Amino acid sequence: MPILEHPAYPPATLLCLESLVPCRESQVSMLLSIFGERQQLSFPSIFIYGHTSSGKTYVMKTLLNTLQLPHVFVNCVECFTSRLLLEEILIQLQNHSSETRRASPVPCDTFNDFVRLFKQALVSQNLQDQTVYVVLDRAEQLREMEANILPAFLRLQELTDRNVTVILLSEIVWEMFRPNTGCFEPFILYFPDYSIGHLQKILSQNHPPEYSADFYSAYINILLGVFYMVCRDLKELQHLAALNFSKYCEPVVRKEAKERDTRKLWKNIEPHLKKAMQTVYLREISSSQWERLQCEEGELGQIKGLSAHAHVELPYYSKFLLIAAYLASYNPVRTDKRFFLKHHGKIKKTNFMKKHEKTSNHLLGPKPFPLDRLLAILYSIVDNRVAPTANIFSQITSLVTLQLLSVVGNNDQLDGPRYKCTVSLDFIRAIARTVNFDIIKYLYDFL
Amino acid sequence: MNKRKLKESSGTDGECISQVQKMLRERLCHHRAMGKLFGIDQQYKHLLELLKQTTVCGESNSALIIGPRGSGKTALLNRVLKDLREMKQVKENLLEVHLNGLLQTNDKVALKEITRQLHLENVVGDKVFGSFAENLAFLLEALRKGNRTSSCPVLFVLDEFDLFVHHKNQTLLYNLFDISQSAQTPVTVIGLTCRQDILELLEKRVKSRFSHRRIYLMNSFAFKQYIRIFKEQLSLPAEFPDKAFAQKWNSNIQLLTEDKTVQDILQNLFHYSKDLRSLNFLLMLAVSNVTVRHPLITASDLQEASKQYRMDSKANIVHEFQKFIQRKAHCMYNFEKPVVMKAFEHLLQLELVKPIERPSVRSQREYLLMELLLDNNQIMDALQAYPNCPTDVKQWAASSLSWL
Repeated sequence: MPILEHPAYPPATLLCLESLVPCRESQVSMLLSIFGERQQLSFPSIFIYGHTSSGKTYVMKTLLNTLQLPHVFVNCVECFTSRLLLEEILIQLQNHSSETRRASPVPCDTFNDFVRLFKQALVSQNLQDQTVYVVLDRAEQLREMEANILPAFLRLQELTDRNVTVILLSEIVWEMFRPNTGCFEPFILYFPDYSIGHLQKILSQNHPPEYSADFYSAYINILLGVFYMVCRDLKELQHLAALNFSKYCEPVVRKEAKERDTRKLWKNIEPHLKKAMQTVYLREISSSQWERLQCEEGELGQIKGLSAHAHVELPYYSKFLLIAAYLASYNPVRTDKRFFLKHHGKIKKTNFMKKHEKTSNHLLGPKPFPLDRLLAILYSIVDNRVAPTANIFSQITSLVTLQLLSVVGNNDQLDGPRYKCTVSLDFIRAIARTVNFDIIKYLYDFL
Repeated sequence: MNKRKLKESSGTDGECISQVQKMLRERLCHHRAMGKLFGIDQQYKHLLELLKQTTVCGESNSALIIGPRGSGKTALLNRVLKDLREMKQVKENLLEVHLNGLLQTNDKVALKEITRQLHLENVVGDKVFGSFAENLAFLLEALRKGNRTSSCPVLFVLDEFDLFVHHKNQTLLYNLFDISQSAQTPVTVIGLTCRQDILELLEKRVKSRFSHRRIYLMNSFAFKQYIRIFKEQLSLPAEFPDKAFAQKWNSNIQLLTEDKTVQDILQNLFHYSKDLRSLNFLLMLAVSNVTVRHPLITASDLQEASKQYRMDSKANIVHEFQKFIQRKAHCMYNFEKPVVMKAFEHLLQLELVKPIERPSVRSQREYLLMELLLDNNQIMDALQAYPNCPTDVKQWAASSLSWL
């Protein structure tokens, strides 16, 4: 029972269309009913929104190409200025009719010229009044161009007085697009996310011919079980499925298990997928590195992801400088006396401190501190005497260059520079461990 | 014989339906809809009188048509112009220049467009020669040379008038209004705008040359008239070729207007926005579902259309995403911090969460202060509608959002 039906298009084409857009039948049939027959008018502008990889671009392209409707498809990230965008639309219109290679680009600066040239371009083609569709992908970039571009596109049918419909595709909701004084409201259509059943169906379609469909869909089941919680993006899942399939097939290839031994296959692949989540999914290592890793027999060795390279070996005093900077950033000034003096009196908890105990300093971020405070804390945590030589100061500057510290405020401040420590707790703990310094004892938040 | 008859009737049905669709789509979607104007008879008469004075008696004038978006300003003007052109005294006597604030974004472009539309002598094909100053001088001279009795009156229509006000020095507006005040070629300037405070945006010298004549279109009809408009927009005219079908259709529409559910739907839309453009959208959605199998509009069609039209877009997006607002401690699945960061960046990309100030080099990404652009109710609704939501996420949301 075919789901898509329309009097204007032959049923064979519609059947073909239906097979190309699985799980999107209701959206496509709504679009078909809105488009109507070829010469009929439709909404002057349509706005389609939905998450990444929910099929907006793919469905639009497939629909327009399969039904051979006259259309122009432009990506607004590619044509990021108004001039590029308008010229691209005109070029595509010219190319639509003529079979020869790209006609010379017509210079088009303003929307005024565009309207005139658009009308001319339509006349030169043999369209017989069919609706022309102008599809703008990543339409949120239109907001960054001149202020008249978006409202003018929404009204293109009125401004050119021709049968044209503008379709905007975006991830962001319409409320973020609306200009201040209002505009011509488009028809808004939502493409919901694929559910887990839909994802299963779509991913299982790509099975390689050597294995059976059931085998592949069992694999997809396992993959979705691990990744669905975290990621529903169809493109990412396709990428992950392609990368990990060879590892999944390994036991079958090595004749250790049969195709139906799901338990064994699951035990083999599960740790691998968990590792994949931390590396390939986060793009810590590239997919070619991942494939190389899979070819290695035996234990999965230490995978050096991108974040691992962030570790630096620092000289002895630099480590203490960094620790001192961290303490200066994350401890409030009042508590310095308690931590760093040999004989401190009782510290009364004032009202201020009681009120603000709940917000941990680690959630708010590092605070700036002056250079003197840094040096004071440094001298108190290093056991032997440190002479304030230029060496120490140059080490501070190199820490700034490494972006482990950052300078706050103007360069030409008269009463000393102020810094801020920009490393994370895990990093500083690792460093503190290498010099046998228990940093947790000195942090106010962990009292 | 029966089969043949059936085939014929279904054939005519297909033809018939497609004609119905064509006619209604033109009426509902096309900007130049030549249908009836509802509820703005007074304004129509006013404008018609004004333009008649210009064309017949050679008076110069200026007026502003002010009304919210979709209230029918352009439709009114087009209708008046159409009726004017059909009048005997006016035939071919009026020169029109149509400008739009969205297209002519500065005075240079506007001037070239005026020169082009008036087919003045410095236009060859499409190209206009000369600099801005030359064109302006040429235009003004051309317009000043005439006099009331012997020259053709010129009508300037400025759509999106509030955008012309932002041009440098408001030169174009100043010159146009200036000419309309001096006794040479009869010139009428009509501006259309959606801003009620348009007069405050005009400069003093421009404002003093404007005649302060304003025509307001306020969507001021009651609900009963709204229902009548609904009926009229959907009815097929008497000239429709298939008379039997037209009658069936029209009686169906009459039934719909008396149906309680349809009235509720219209009432909801009426409370949301009174303008006719939204009504046309709704009707267009309902009409697009009319096929050979389903030749008459039903109340459920209208209900579907209304639901589609009024979907809460943010709720849709949040619905898919509140999974990622969970903290590590509160859920069974422990995700590493970078994975949660990636999900958070996706939220940023969707603009559900926005940084308070632009991220600079100085501050770290993780510590940037953000604000959530959603309402508590939207989050709660999304949680209710989300399938397979872990109970601890729901409880956490309920406890922390309920007392806010």
